[in-house]
Amino acid sequence: MPVRGAALVAFVGLVAFWEFAVARGYVSPIFLPAPSSVLLALGELWNAGTLWRHVSESLVRLAGGWTVGTGCGLAAGFAIGVWSLGRAVGVPFVSALFPIPKISLLPLLILWLGIGEASKIATIALGVFFPTAIATYAAIDAVPRNLIRMAQSFDLPAADVLRKVVLPGALPGILAGFRISTSIALILLVSAEMIGAQYGIGAFILQAGNLMLTDQLLAGVLLISILGLALGTALTRIERRLLRWR
Amino acid sequence: MELVCEGISHRYGALEVLDGIDLTVRAGECLALLGPSGCGKSTLLGIMGGILKPSAGRVSVAGNPPAGSLNPITYIFQDFALLPWRTVEGNVALALEHRNLAAGELRARVGEALARTNLTEFSTAFPRQLSGGMRQRVGIARALAVDPAILLMDEPLSALDAQTRDLLMEDFLKLWLATRTTSVYVTHNLHEAIRLADRICVLSRRPGRIKEIVAVDLPQADRAMPVAARAMAELGERLWDAIRAEAQVAEREIADG
Ligand SMILES: Nc1ncnc2c1ncn2[C@@H]1O[C@H](COP(=O)(O)OP(=O)(O)O)[C@@H](O)[C@H]1O
Ligand SMILES: [Mg+2]
Repeated sequence: MPVRGAALVAFVGLVAFWEFAVARGYVSPIFLPAPSSVLLALGELWNAGTLWRHVSESLVRLAGGWTVGTGCGLAAGFAIGVWSLGRAVGVPFVSALFPIPKISLLPLLILWLGIGEASKIATIALGVFFPTAIATYAAIDAVPRNLIRMAQSFDLPAADVLRKVVLPGALPGILAGFRISTSIALILLVSAEMIGAQYGIGAFILQAGNLMLTDQLLAGVLLISILGLALGTALTRIERRLLRWR
Repeated sequence: MELVCEGISHRYGALEVLDGIDLTVRAGECLALLGPSGCGKSTLLGIMGGILKPSAGRVSVAGNPPAGSLNPITYIFQDFALLPWRTVEGNVALALEHRNLAAGELRARVGEALARTNLTEFSTAFPRQLSGGMRQRVGIARALAVDPAILLMDEPLSALDAQTRDLLMEDFLKLWLATRTTSVYVTHNLHEAIRLADRICVLSRRPGRIKEIVAVDLPQADRAMPVAARAMAELGERLWDAIRAEAQVAEREIADG
């Protein structure tokens, strides 16, 4: 508890120092606006109503891309994890394509799918797919063989072995994969929106930068951070619920 | 039920593990398989239960399983093999859920198995909350819940400390004497074999061959009595002579890698 308090104190201290440094004119507010101005900008944007438009478009892309990527990644991970032909085909594919920075495919995806939502969602889905597939089959590989053998010795049907032994055994690893995939999704979201979008938090940050509106720029960064934090907290909650047995 | 092994040999690749095992596990007996580590005991048990196909030879089962037996050949594992995400009763129920029992029968079987192993008050605990001895009790309860016709046990006590092992052995013996389920008890521990088994099958070091089969004539219930101490000690010495040389060589083999 005292250690956690220390982190909070340090954080508050840093923000206070930042505020103080700007107020005293040590740094130019154009390059680094004070925390209070960032919050003020955030409030104004909220009142003007434009903020919600940016946030909601980002959320739709994030949710769409993450869900598609996670669904396909889980399916591929299970196919590789429990099916030897799936492994023989899937592992070389995944290992070969995983290192490609997915944002570099956005121009190609725009050619294929157009400049609209589909290309952005596809970029995020691709970025989420690979780490999810890898985390899933690695988690399945790590399920103790003796538990599977035990289930088979009691004559559990294969579907039951999968549902009652393999899936719960792999769940911790799969959820750890979700943590990685959500942060990748956030990075790709912002990048894709900076490349070709009118609305969205990434687009908003870029436009603010072009206009030297650093308080609005940082307000956008703050929003993304809050989004990331909220997702992390939600995942922690889910882990605590599902992995109570640990 | 009776379990008959005929000419069982097994090799893992170039490694010859079992060589010509002819062995009958008689109905209602507890047969101990005694041999040094690495001699193929677990392999033989896997072959007996049908989870491993022998390179040569065959295993057959004679007789019918008792009515109500849901899983005629049932294992108890050295490492307990409990699902950490299931409670004690959930782990026992795992062996029953796919059998399409009436809800009442499933509950009754779980409840009875837990009662027989003195686990009732721990039924909602998770495995990580239990000591090793309690965990193996859950493994035993799970096996009892399916009313096995043949119990195959692979060093079920060897992951436990000496005191827990003795306590659990006595409890297990009591349970076993009440049903006399045909059993194969794999161990490298002489005392467990002498305490539990009707017959002790001594295996040589790898490749495992049957060296001798020793019948323990005293009823299990009498073996702990003072008057039996002398006879038991003599039997122990005789078995020790049979396995000592093998155990020494086997130990060196493993140390050499
Ligand atoms: N799946 C396997 N593949 C290859 N070698 C194995 C396998 N299982 C066991 N062995 C080897 O076979 C020998 C006998 O093993 P095991 O039956 O487990 O002996 P025990 O139970 O008597 O200690 C050991 O040398 C072991 O290393
Ligand atoms: Mg073994």
